[in-house]
Amino acid sequence: MAEQFTISPASADSSGTTERLARIRQGLKSRHGRERRFQMYGIAAIAAALGFVAILFGMILVKGLPAFTQAAISLDVTFDPAIVKVDPKPVQAQGQSAADYQRALLDWQRQVTLVNWNRVIENALRTAAPDMEIDTRQALSIVETNERFKLRDMFVANPGLLGQRVNVSMLGSANVDNWLKGTINRDLPDSQQQLSAPARQLADRFAEAGRITFPFAWHIFTNVDSRSAPAAAGLAGAFVGSLYMMLVVIVLAVPIGVSAAIYLEEFAPQNRLTDFIEVNINNLAAVPSIVFGLLGAAVFINYFHLPLSAPLVGGLVLTLMTLPTIIIATRSSLRAVPPSLRQAALGLGASRTQMVFHHVLPVTYPGILTATIIGVAQALGETAPLLLIGMNAFVAAVPATPLDQSTALPVQIYLWQGNENRNFFEARTSAAIIVLLALMLGLNAIAIYLRRRLERRA
Amino acid sequence: MNTAVIAIVLLLLTGLAYQIGWSKSRGLETTAGRLHSRPSYHGSLTVVWALVPALAILLLWLFFGGSLERAYVLSLLPADVAAQTGPALETAIRRVRDIASGFGVAGQTADYENLAGQSLREFQVLAFAIVVAATAASGALAIWLARGRIAPRLRARNEFESVVRVLLIACSAVAILTTAGIVASLLAEALRFFSYVSPIDFFFGTVWNPGFATVGSAEGDYGLLPLLWGTLMIAIIAMLVSLPIGLMTAIYLTQYATPRMRDLVKPVIEVLAGIPTIVYGFFALVTVGPFLAGLGDAVGLDIRATSALTAGTVMGVMIIPFISSLSDDILRQVPRAMRDGSLGLGATPSETIRRVILPAALPGIVGAFLLAVSRAIGETMIVVLAAGNSPYLRLNPFEPVSTVTVTIVNQLTGDTDFASPQSLVAFALGLTLFAMTLILNVVALFIVRRYREQYE
Repeated sequence: MAEQFTISPASADSSGTTERLARIRQGLKSRHGRERRFQMYGIAAIAAALGFVAILFGMILVKGLPAFTQAAISLDVTFDPAIVKVDPKPVQAQGQSAADYQRALLDWQRQVTLVNWNRVIENALRTAAPDMEIDTRQALSIVETNERFKLRDMFVANPGLLGQRVNVSMLGSANVDNWLKGTINRDLPDSQQQLSAPARQLADRFAEAGRITFPFAWHIFTNVDSRSAPAAAGLAGAFVGSLYMMLVVIVLAVPIGVSAAIYLEEFAPQNRLTDFIEVNINNLAAVPSIVFGLLGAAVFINYFHLPLSAPLVGGLVLTLMTLPTIIIATRSSLRAVPPSLRQAALGLGASRTQMVFHHVLPVTYPGILTATIIGVAQALGETAPLLLIGMNAFVAAVPATPLDQSTALPVQIYLWQGNENRNFFEARTSAAIIVLLALMLGLNAIAIYLRRRLERRA
Repeated sequence: MNTAVIAIVLLLLTGLAYQIGWSKSRGLETTAGRLHSRPSYHGSLTVVWALVPALAILLLWLFFGGSLERAYVLSLLPADVAAQTGPALETAIRRVRDIASGFGVAGQTADYENLAGQSLREFQVLAFAIVVAATAASGALAIWLARGRIAPRLRARNEFESVVRVLLIACSAVAILTTAGIVASLLAEALRFFSYVSPIDFFFGTVWNPGFATVGSAEGDYGLLPLLWGTLMIAIIAMLVSLPIGLMTAIYLTQYATPRMRDLVKPVIEVLAGIPTIVYGFFALVTVGPFLAGLGDAVGLDIRATSALTAGTVMGVMIIPFISSLSDDILRQVPRAMRDGSLGLGATPSETIRRVILPAALPGIVGAFLLAVSRAIGETMIVVLAAGNSPYLRLNPFEPVSTVTVTIVNQLTGDTDFASPQSLVAFALGLTLFAMTLILNVVALFIVRRYREQYE
């Protein structure tokens, strides 16, 4: 075979050589072609992966960003004494018990709530468009249903408003938002439209007159979820629920995880038990998250009778889930500390504990910080185990006392994507996803920043 | 208020203990010469001595205080009120508590309620005072005892370090406890389920139709096979998407790319790994599903928007960074000499990769593959949203399917009784899932470790 590839320029049999050379060139050509194709596959794979990232983020941004501005109607509201018929606000009398005053106040508030606030809103709408022929229901359908409670709360806070005229910015209903943003097809026949024809006209007219504007929807961050008033639904409840859970995770998972990592890496003798713990941790890291949810449902809820839907239980489940991540990452950063540091400390007479806590651990702070943030980010985005411990509707034969029921950001996304008002909630869900991703990105950015600082100092 | 008082007492105890331990040993140092341990270790050891009994008393109060108070309220109520049961009794107790707290109750109060409220208030104050006093006293006693032990030869550092070590061991034990908890709870609830439905019907049944919850009866069919098939089909589709893309990405990035490109591309791909699965689920439902259905229409195939194909494709995207970073590590462990040898003999880079590097890295890549399969099997939110939840045995990947994880969620989030077989089946499914992923992980980790040893 070898002589086939020897190319001797001074060969007598020149025709055979050229033939051989041609064959080699031919082979080289196809081999190089294959090489190019192989490289193209690689580039194509990378392009596909990058493309997925781009499509995913593009889709969510395109769908979600419009949800951050929302139709708001500016109306001049008159607190007409003919409609708002209530007693003066009670005052706590001398010697009246707190409970009795509370009762009187509640009675008064009930009276205020029973006022026909819709009538007040309707009057304001009719003043703004006096010549429109529209019935009460149709007129009210352009304002979000819970805006009447906004008027009530304004009145409760300041009973002096009676008889006065104030400019109030009210949220438009989800259907008005859809109509004006064009998220619903404007050419659909009446029977398939969510709003009646007069209501659509009224909305268009208000929009033209500049009465309906699209300000930034702060209420996405300050309101809690709402089923009856979808346009006013917000993330505040879910955000605080997630915050509590993350606090539980940080308070429990970080000290326990770091301690476990220190023990296993620095102190543990090489024996069966240590091996067992190691295999255990590696396996726990790969156990599907939903299994932790099952553990939470069976142990925390069913056995210890902790309340359903409580962020505490969610935090405990997420702690168990993130522990292996934190342990493994901390161990690898402990392992990266050069042995010379340990030998130097031990050689100068430090005990093992002193060596670890005074010399090795401080070097690994950046690593531990990164591990913590990776773990917290993972816990922040986790949904499946939370569903099983009742972060959504879950009724079981558990004597549950729903004390601090709560959802979490990812569960809120899950609940919103299932809402029937698809046109509106697709955008709303994407907006919630943007918030969640922004939080995770923020966490990672903080981690990178702190890490750089700590590493520079070390 | 009460928590603040307790916190202050504990802080005072800590500070006092440290100060006493430290100054006693410091004083000893000047009179009796060198100590075995530094004063700070004597201080820390005294703190340990002080906190252990104090915390023990507080824990006892935490566990038994509530029932003690309740028993006291019950003893205050007249016999006919105390003889009530259920909500009526709870209301009576709560009224007494509200009166005792000073908030009062609306409307008229009975005389016995006022009296009981008054006594309960005194009881609460007294009980709290006793607990705080007992905490402080036991702490002080422990400090006094610990102070008496301080001597030049006391090995305070060693004692304190063994306390630290015990704490560290306790923390490592949490991992074992978690595994034990998972296995025990899954097994216990699954066994309860198998008392309703025979394991043979469960593991080999081909019909999944659990019916509605009625405690004590197991009407319906609990066949695992349709769910298992759905899970497998989605995992296979996911691997078909992620293996070529992930592996080729890793190959290109390790073998061809310039360091600059590598630094640019790798983090972007790893972004995919940090995205929560619910986001992928939404992506599948809103974008990929309709796109695939439209594509199917265009070529004359009936592809449903929520199908095994949709869920599998998106899950594949999710797994790409997992495969690419694992294979990246593995490819870079192949000794450079093998690569250089092949290139030196005149092979093109792609021939080197296909004939030399890949065969050498094969065991590691198989391990990565198995780990990825285990992730795909356990993934929940993508399939909950995008697989269509239809538990039938079908071969067609364009139809909706259901998986083990989806069914766990469905069975435990409905309005079902926890003790009914309809809920308990979730634990049997969870046990199956746990067993499958455990086996995959153990095998994969074994292969990867063997592979690593081969080149070390």
